[in-house]
Amino acid sequence: MRRLEVVPSLVHGVSVSPLSDLEVASIRADFPALGEFVNGQPLAYLDSGATAQRPLAVLDAERDFLLHSNAAVHRGAHTLAALATEAYEDARATVADFVGASPAEIVWTSNATDALNLVAYGMANASHGRGGPAARRFALGSGDEIVITEAEHHSNLVPWQELAAVTGASLKYVPVRDDGTWTADDAAAVITERTRLIAFAHVSNVTGYVAPVSDIVALAHAVGALVVLDACQSAPHRRLNLVELDVDFAAFSGHKMGGPNGIGVLYGRADLLDALPPFRTGGSMINTVTMEGSDFLPAPQRFEAGTQPVSQAVALAAAVRYLESVGLDRIDEHENALAQRMLAGLADIPGIQVVGPAAGVTRAGLVSFDVVGVHAHDVGQYLDSRGIAVRVGHHCAQPLHRRLGLTATTRASAYLYTSTDDVDRFLAAVAEVRPYFGVDE
Amino acid sequence: MSDALAGLYQEVILDHSKRRIGFGELDHFDAMHFERNPTCGDEITLQLALEPGTDRISALGWRGAGCSISMASASVLAEMAPGMTIAELQSTIAEFREMLRSRGAGEPDIDILGDAVAFHGVSKFVMRVKCAMLAWVATEACIAETSSRQTS
Repeated sequence: MRRLEVVPSLVHGVSVSPLSDLEVASIRADFPALGEFVNGQPLAYLDSGATAQRPLAVLDAERDFLLHSNAAVHRGAHTLAALATEAYEDARATVADFVGASPAEIVWTSNATDALNLVAYGMANASHGRGGPAARRFALGSGDEIVITEAEHHSNLVPWQELAAVTGASLKYVPVRDDGTWTADDAAAVITERTRLIAFAHVSNVTGYVAPVSDIVALAHAVGALVVLDACQSAPHRRLNLVELDVDFAAFSGHKMGGPNGIGVLYGRADLLDALPPFRTGGSMINTVTMEGSDFLPAPQRFEAGTQPVSQAVALAAAVRYLESVGLDRIDEHENALAQRMLAGLADIPGIQVVGPAAGVTRAGLVSFDVVGVHAHDVGQYLDSRGIAVRVGHHCAQPLHRRLGLTATTRASAYLYTSTDDVDRFLAAVAEVRPYFGVDE
Repeated sequence: MSDALAGLYQEVILDHSKRRIGFGELDHFDAMHFERNPTCGDEITLQLALEPGTDRISALGWRGAGCSISMASASVLAEMAPGMTIAELQSTIAEFREMLRSRGAGEPDIDILGDAVAFHGVSKFVMRVKCAMLAWVATEACIAETSSRQTS
């Protein structure tokens, strides 16, 4: 295997060292699932991009809440109701702080998909006249343009297709290059005076490419367009300050960052959230209800209709504290080092075509690739027999795969608990795939 | 290598996944159906041709993209089906489906299934059953198309 040079790199201008093997071992001890055996082999979990394993601190926090403070929030006058409401709002403050926002700018959703739908359907409602004069800034119609990229996850694509379909706006795509990446220049060629919104992934779940957020924000704001950032693959892995990035909305999921399923986050700039019409309506989000009509609470409550995922919010805050105790910059650096190790190793295996930025370019800790002559499902099945868990398929990005001329790829994705041993076992197993299926030259 | 994996990837399957019997379009066909497995993206377009004036299969032709299991099962089916009547093919498909739902239990009937018994191992991998069924489900849709045409 090619020897890897460890180059201390700069994360946001500060020199950061990757996690040591000892530190990774200590982190792994916090994640009992990593000790599982799969098909008689120790699990090498390289599917954190799909869902991350959870540390004991998160499981304990959820259990502790349920054992001692469980109640419905924002209603009731009893002690547990007060404790639960306090825990729920403390969790909001923790997550807000995590992304540099204020608590009123954080809406709990069931996941990132839900958060993106909340924006899309809120805008659809505004386009139908809901929300009064304040919501007119969100109203779309014929001639207006929504811009996304060809690389988007379906969750940041289909809601905008639907919004375009119900409003008459047109949906335009920033084309990607042959390696699946795109630049601010590519986006500038698509954004026009009629662009009202641009939505894109901060980090691609397929290529690991890190988008030039600030450049896109500048281009969008210059024409008065809103920026929606899909932060699913960035919030869990790198320091993120949504206010500094100056995006208008952002979405991420709890289960990709060591938190539970069923909880996600929508960030929205305060003035925008207060003007966006609600997507879901019902209890807990209203001020006054009469038989003729209703008026709504301010954000974030106006977007949180019905009973809420309280223990999940509490557990997500515990996940945030866990990540911060390790340090997001160090997690970022650790994953970049693992990605470079994967890239260097894959480059030495015949018949592997990697998707995404070239080796040496900073990328998220994930690598998607094609094993020439072997379908990704067969690759995944083979790796599973060796105890190695990877994602196979189109990774909810069919247009990107079509553009790259592939029907499916195999993706290995790392997290703070991923060891170099996981990566080396993965590389050794990938090298066996083509010989096993009889397609080695 | 694990025995389970060897049970899944039988030689017959690996062999058929490369030979791809029936791959290509037929000059003449009586029914055509496109089938897709949305969870993995595997897809197949299958054509079924009957001997003129009979209900006997003359050929299956197909094009598709997918894993070795889905491609091999299309190949095995395209080799087996010609010469069968529609009723025979339907009962073979039913037998194949039953085998795939067995979760590894029982012994498949080699007299009915022939080379297709190689897919018995797939039944232990529930996530791959749909791969093995893809071409067979497309064939059922083709049969339904020919039947509805005859009755209408």
